[in-house]
Amino acid sequence: LSICSRTVEPLEYYRRFLKENCRPDGRELGEFRTTTVNIGKCLCSITTADSSALVKLGNTTVICGVKAELAAPAADSANKGYIVPNVELLSLCAERFRSGPPGEEAQAASQFIADVIENSQMIVKEDLCIANGKLAWVLYCDIICLDYDGNLLDASVFALLAALKNVQLPSVSINEETGLSEVNLKQKNPLIIRKHPVATSFAVFDDTLLIVDPTAEEEDLATGTVTIVTDEEGRLCSVHKPGGSPLTGAKLQDCITRAITRHKEVKKLIDKVIKSITPK
Amino acid sequence: SVSPGDTSVLAGLYGPAEAKLSKELPDRAALEVLLRPKVGLPGVMERSREQLLRQTCEAVVLGVLHPRTAITLVLQVLSDAGSLLSCCLNAACMALLDAGLPLAALFCGVTCALQPDGTILLDPTARQEQEARAILTFAIASSERKVLMANTKGSCSVEEMQQCLAAAQRAADTVFQFYRSSVCRRYSKC
Repeated sequence: LSICSRTVEPLEYYRRFLKENCRPDGRELGEFRTTTVNIGKCLCSITTADSSALVKLGNTTVICGVKAELAAPAADSANKGYIVPNVELLSLCAERFRSGPPGEEAQAASQFIADVIENSQMIVKEDLCIANGKLAWVLYCDIICLDYDGNLLDASVFALLAALKNVQLPSVSINEETGLSEVNLKQKNPLIIRKHPVATSFAVFDDTLLIVDPTAEEEDLATGTVTIVTDEEGRLCSVHKPGGSPLTGAKLQDCITRAITRHKEVKKLIDKVIKSITPK
Repeated sequence: SVSPGDTSVLAGLYGPAEAKLSKELPDRAALEVLLRPKVGLPGVMERSREQLLRQTCEAVVLGVLHPRTAITLVLQVLSDAGSLLSCCLNAACMALLDAGLPLAALFCGVTCALQPDGTILLDPTARQEQEARAILTFAIASSERKVLMANTKGSCSVEEMQQCLAAAQRAADTVFQFYRSSVCRRYSKC
């Protein structure tokens, strides 16, 4: 009887479970953790932000706050507003992150979120423009991880989507005489979200096995990760496979099919939550 | 230095050398990638590209043969006329080859651009990239042409992605042939 400790030989410990097609926390290889989402000004969301959402994927907790501000559009794109996502991995969420300037993982995640917004055309920057060349909205989306237990990208994209769905932008008019902007806080319009991208992450073990929604421990032991972002039409917004063990085209196709199924579940969840908080 | 068309990237590889105590790993070599853009300081985009390149290289380099060492790969962008990421990938692989590091497989970078009318264009220029609906970059490994790295910009359907992947796998043969001829040329002189 070989004694296999989780701390001494984590890989062997995991292999034992993977042989039986399950994982130490009791999930199947293709099963996601319980997903919960809280939107708006209820239950531990941010009251100073224009909109916020808290997403829990098992233990991974991510909160997204969106603040809308006014600014002048850039000279070369006078009819476009800005969306500025920023992912923060504070030292309170996991001991591997030190305080100080953002590390590589946080920067790579911020770039990934910016790419997802751009690729999926979830918010068209032209919609954020108020007056051509003079005034446009800037949406600062701060995504902060409160507890890191793997699968940061899925939770971040989900939190961003939930928070943006709840954003109400006040109507702004430019006074002809003074040239100043007048913000009418009483009249609010919801932000137009054209597409709903959902991310699904997989971890690759030993070059062959694919497991869905990895925890932090599984991510450390994995030989590679794949993240697929799909929108409601089944189109691929992003295939993000940052190195790691090589996969055949067929395996990649398998991931994509599972991602499309997951999209339907997540969309249903978001619609349910949005309906429950909309005042009738 | 690799330059398809006018995109040009210079790669320098240092290692396996002694690693700083904070960075060394007890069982394998610690790989670090630094990507310097042509103008300006490296920003978030460079950091995310560095992560892509680093994990791609880590998958092929047999790091377990050189534990507690550091391998540093520095890439300097000399000019960018489209297909920059795949150019960086090719430069990285050739640098690894030239340094004589033990590798499990070779890899090459191929960029596919999906035109608005549905045609697939390989190694697009900057102009073609702007007009394209989607740009997909793949790193294809030399063993069985498996996908080592994938990065997409813009959205496409699943069938289109599979078609691009197939085209990239076919194009990988040409790139590997180029690697072979470059290495032959280099070592035939001495």
